[in-house]
Amino acid sequence: MTELDTGAVVIHGVGIGRATTVGPVVRMPEPVADPVDTPSEREPADELARAMTSLAATAAQLRERGEKAGGTAAEVLDALAMMAEDPALAADVQHRIDDGATAEYAIHAAMATFRDMLVTMGGYLGERAGDLDDVSRRAIAHLSGLPAPGVPESATPFVLVARDLAPADTATLDLDLVLALVTTDGGPTSHTAILAREKGITAVVGAAEAARLTDGDVVLVDAENGTVELDPAQERIDLALQRTATLEAIRAQSSGPGRLADGHSVPLLANIGSVDSAREAVARGAEGVGLFRTEVLFLGAEKAPSVDQQRQTYAEVFGHFPGQKVVVRVLDAGADKPLAFLTDSGEENPALGRRGLRALAAHEHVLRDQLTALALAASETEAHVQVMAPMVSTTAEAHYFCELAHELGIEVAGVMVEVPSCAILADHVAPRVDFMSIGTNDLTQYVFAADRLLGTVANLQNPWHPAVLRLIETVGRAGHEHDVPVGICGEAAADPLLAVVLVGLGATSLSMSSSAIADVRAELAMHTLDDARTLAALAVSAESAETARQAVVSARPHQ
Amino acid sequence: MAERTLTVASTHGLHARPAALFVKAVTDSGCTVELQKGERKVNAASILGVVSLGIEHGDEVVVRVDGDDADAVLDSLAAFLEKDHDA
Repeated sequence: MTELDTGAVVIHGVGIGRATTVGPVVRMPEPVADPVDTPSEREPADELARAMTSLAATAAQLRERGEKAGGTAAEVLDALAMMAEDPALAADVQHRIDDGATAEYAIHAAMATFRDMLVTMGGYLGERAGDLDDVSRRAIAHLSGLPAPGVPESATPFVLVARDLAPADTATLDLDLVLALVTTDGGPTSHTAILAREKGITAVVGAAEAARLTDGDVVLVDAENGTVELDPAQERIDLALQRTATLEAIRAQSSGPGRLADGHSVPLLANIGSVDSAREAVARGAEGVGLFRTEVLFLGAEKAPSVDQQRQTYAEVFGHFPGQKVVVRVLDAGADKPLAFLTDSGEENPALGRRGLRALAAHEHVLRDQLTALALAASETEAHVQVMAPMVSTTAEAHYFCELAHELGIEVAGVMVEVPSCAILADHVAPRVDFMSIGTNDLTQYVFAADRLLGTVANLQNPWHPAVLRLIETVGRAGHEHDVPVGICGEAAADPLLAVVLVGLGATSLSMSSSAIADVRAELAMHTLDDARTLAALAVSAESAETARQAVVSARPHQ
Repeated sequence: MAERTLTVASTHGLHARPAALFVKAVTDSGCTVELQKGERKVNAASILGVVSLGIEHGDEVVVRVDGDDADAVLDSLAAFLEKDHDA
């Protein structure tokens, strides 16, 4: 946190996107901690009365929200209210209170029993299980005199300040009312950051000092500089709004394929995970797909879908990209995406475990089926399908995967460079593969030995760091020497200025959330390949992520 | 007590929305209603109970109604279950 000459307080974080917004703060309540099972000091009758009052109040609260929302939301919230009033739940709560539990713990434990039952039923009902947790937390917040959890309601647009957003919060977020998102925890790969990128919302994440902001504070959120300014002066607001208008004008003018100022072509591809996101990528002008994540087809499945089922889904996605490149990543199971039929349970450290290609090689029939389905789908459509393996860490693994893919009818096969060993030995890997694609999120995680999902080490999850950039440079050089394309797929490519640096380091294509394409295209058009190389050299020789970025910002030619 | 065996018509069975509507109809009737699928019986005024039966389209269930106008209430509940609420 710093103070400007004007006395204004500036909070620093990691900006997502480039826009600037001004508005009043609305804080998300702190999450309610799970109650612990301590014996009640009240009479059971008193505890039961407390429990029933809070459940009734929760039901009323949910119905009130539902009435305001109307439509389908009203029905869903009404069903939740009925769960709070449920006689079977009440009986379970009473039973636990009779055995000496507090009202808080009795509600928590009774709800958890029902939730677990729904989870074991799986499918649609399993997905509703999270709703019960929400009802339970609301009732417990009521008992503790705390505000109801979740995104607060507001009739007017606001800047949402939260610790981080849970997936459930993002689902109920009214995007028309949210001017910007600011989080104290969470890095560039958090849920909040991903949501902001997908929807094009201004966001600053990992701004720890934002904890001191209170409801109603007026802030200027500047995503390009990663700052949140409290009580900004009018001239600062005017300047920021003017900059946003200029950016929008540049963005509106840019269209077509990605290229540098000197005409050097840099294809701009999309990261997708579903048929819906394929459609969106096309609408936003993607020149193809640089990362098609296939896990979504498998998540929640008890066994791998059949070759024919897979073929149909792949063909549907490929159909959106006739004549264009689609790079498919085979199943990347493990760590944060466990799959029952692939992932070993009980690994103490799954991010360092048998995940990605390691898991597939151990269950080769799953890999063979997927490659076969991909080859079939590719032959049915006009897309130029390429396939790559995740979590490749040795030259032998790269060789194994590409040989197998070719054998099963995939013409172009490559590897993802996410493990430092693969980047360091890129000169040996390159001759064995048809292309390399750098996954910057995992590469950063493994370079710093910092879990990308862990808020406490989020400050290390920064792809601007020269430690990451030097590895990318190594891969870029190896690709150039062996005439093997080097793509970037990861959040780093979505940062327009960093995208220029990546091209300077040897990236031949960039893949990102499709909402970022327009901004990246506009920025690339302002630099020649020589400029990009100069900026890249500055970034690589810097000492830290911050100084790398600053050096590039200062050296960037003025618009 | 009135009792009937019938087949559930909703395309997606008795999941959140149809289940909520059914439970509401039960609560409004003022009767004690039991819903049974296979060996399991639940209080039909409990949405968690009804949902936990995992009733799918085409499943056979038994409805038992106890209270005033039990026959009329059973008729209306049966009519509800035999209609497709997801159509």
